[in-house]
Parts: sequence; C-alpha cells; structure tokens
Amino acid sequence: MFVFTWLNDQLLKMMWLNELVGKVLTWIGIDIESRLGSSVQFFAYDVIKIFILLSVLIYSISYIQSYFPPERTRSILGRFHGVTARIVAALLGTVTPFCSCSSIPLFIGFTNAGVPIGVTFSFLISSPLVDLASVFLLASIFNWNVALAYVFVGLVLAVAGGTLISWLKMEKYVEPFVYENPMVQLEAQDMTRKDRMDFAKEQVSFIIRKVWLFVIIGVGIGAAIHNYIPEAWITAVLGVDKWYSVPLATLVGVPMYADIFGTLPIAAALVEKGVGLGTVLAFMMAVTTLSLPSIILLRNAVKPRLLALFVVYCTFGIMLIGFLFNILMG
Amino acid sequence: MIIKILGSGCPNCKKLEINARDAVKQLGIGADFVKVTDFKEIANYGIMRTPGLVFDEKVVSFGKVTDTATIVELLKTYINDRRV
Repeated sequence: MFVFTWLNDQLLKMMWLNELVGKVLTWIGIDIESRLGSSVQFFAYDVIKIFILLSVLIYSISYIQSYFPPERTRSILGRFHGVTARIVAALLGTVTPFCSCSSIPLFIGFTNAGVPIGVTFSFLISSPLVDLASVFLLASIFNWNVALAYVFVGLVLAVAGGTLISWLKMEKYVEPFVYENPMVQLEAQDMTRKDRMDFAKEQVSFIIRKVWLFVIIGVGIGAAIHNYIPEAWITAVLGVDKWYSVPLATLVGVPMYADIFGTLPIAAALVEKGVGLGTVLAFMMAVTTLSLPSIILLRNAVKPRLLALFVVYCTFGIMLIGFLFNILMG
Repeated sequence: MIIKILGSGCPNCKKLEINARDAVKQLGIGADFVKVTDFKEIANYGIMRTPGLVFDEKVVSFGKVTDTATIVELLKTYINDRRV
C-alpha cells in the first residue's frame, strides 16, 4: 500500500515537480509563501504536470488504440445483439480513437453497415465521455475512487442511452441517405510496429496542439479560484446545499466546446472551495459529451427529434449523476 | 488525374493537402485537386476517419495525415498500375 501511495503521489500527482517549481521560484527571488508567489507556483506546477501527463498518457493510450480502429470496432459489434452489443459498444468507445470531426462519418459508417442505432449511440456517448487519458488525469487530480466511479457512471449513461433510443425505435429519425445504397466497407489498414509508434506520436502532437490553450486557460482560472476568489462567494452559488448547483453546472457545460484537460484544473479548484463533487463532475461530463459544434454536426445525419432526444437524455442523465454523487459523497 | 482530399476542413485535412501537393510537385505530374467536405460524399467512399486521400475515386489512405514521401510512393504505384 505504501509503495502504491508513493507511486501515485510521485508519478501521477508529481509532488516532486511541485517542490522543484517551488525551489526554482525561490531561487529567482519569488516568495512562494505570498499570495502571488503561491499562485505562480500552482500555475507553473499544474501546467507542466498536465503537459507531461498528457504526452505520456496519450502516447501509450494511442498505441493501444491503434489496435482498435473503428473498422475493427464495427466488425466486432456485428457479433453481438441487444444490450450486450450496447455494453460492448460503450466499452469499445473507451479504446477507439475518437475525434469529434470524425463522429459523423463514423455514425454513417456504423449505421449503414447495419449496426443498430442504439448500439451506435452507446458508442457515441461513451467515446468522448470515458476517455482513457481523462481517467488517469482524474486519478491524478482527485483520486482513484473518483476516477473509477466516473468510468462506471459514464458507461452506465452510455448503455442506458443506447437502450432508450433502441426501445423508442428511433431508426426512422435518421436521415434517409444514411441507409441508402450499401457503402463500401473498407478494412482497417494493416499496421506495423513502426506505424503504431508513428500514429501514437502523431496523436500526441495533434492533441497537444488542440488542447494547449484550453489547458493554460483552465489552469489560469483554477489558480485564480484557488487564491483570489473567496470561498463564501463560490459556495453561495455552487455549494452542495444549493439544489440548483447541479443543473446550473450542467447547463453551462452543455454548449461549451472545451476539453476535459482544460476543465479538470477548474474542477479541482472548485472542489477545494467546497463545491460538491457531483456538481463538478456534472460540469465536466456536460462539457465533454455535448457541445454546440458537435450537436450542429450531428444534425447532418439525424433528424431533429432524435437529436433532441439525445441532447435531452444526456443533459438529464448528467444532472442525475451529479445529484447522486452529491448525495453519496456529501 | 484527380486527387481528392476528404474531410470537413479540420487542420489535418489542410496538412494532408499540402503534403499531397508537394508530392505531385516532386513527381512533376499534373493533377487536379478537389476538396470534399460534404459528409454524404465522404461517407460514400466508405471511410470512417478523416482525412482521406483519393486518387481517381480510389481511396489510398484514411484516418491519418500521410506524409509527402509516402504519397510519392502511393502515386508511383498508382501510375504504374494504371499503365499495366
């Protein structure tokens, strides 16, 4: 247990980095006991930590993901039926490389090949929500209990969502062109070990380029909350005792297009200031699962009724998870 | 020949187009470039990950930014196959 705690503190939480940053700042003459000094230390430590974690995590996770291209996921899904298929879809969603710009071709590719839409939606919910890298970051910033609980409720949300869509027989609310003339089903291209390493390297640089600004803004806001905003102000609006904190956090998060890597530092600072964990998780889930750009994109392939069901279901599901966490952890 | 770049206009698609144009220039061949951004059309090629690279309706790579050297090889193979 001691070894695990040590590994967790030094590798995931990187306590050594915090000390190192403190020493460097003191050396260049910044008083880290002062408010500004401690903000600078927090900011530098958090930014460096997130970028190190991101690079290492994305590299290793992308290497694993290179074994699960969507073409393969599609053929695996064809072997399962009913709720099993939706569970498998939600699980594969966590390991299939996903980019919001590919969600529409992926939706069309799955549906046209005969994957039931309930199964496809389970995949589409879990894929951005339960991203492996974000699980490790949650463990680093909070702890493993929170990270595992997050994975569990995320998967439940994905499976239940797919099940609901399948029960309500929403197939007719998919744009007809998606079903028209069977499309070519390309097989996944064979990859050598070098290809996988190249893919992993490419993913690291792609994701870092995509999220670096969000991370810096997120850590900046987190540091400001941490050091300058009085706890009383925050708990007055978002405190655990305020029932509306969860719906508020969810509704603010839904249209936002940001990355979980940028929202985590804000989330951590809010929890420290007495905001309920459920409220914070609801915000993060809302930000990652839904965003205005992705909703607009999805409209290309599904009709308004199915789109509305998807958005309303996710919003209420996330709120429910938020309430549950606040009750259980409160 | 016609070279199509499939993708919704994300940064990766632009990078792929630059690489493809470089490859064409290196080989000194003539080619017209077409950008395909419509999801229906992209889906018709059977790809689920953008960006995609298409030579005269044949998908030669998808889901990654293929580098210039690889595109040069792909072009050579494609032109040779066409002659046979």
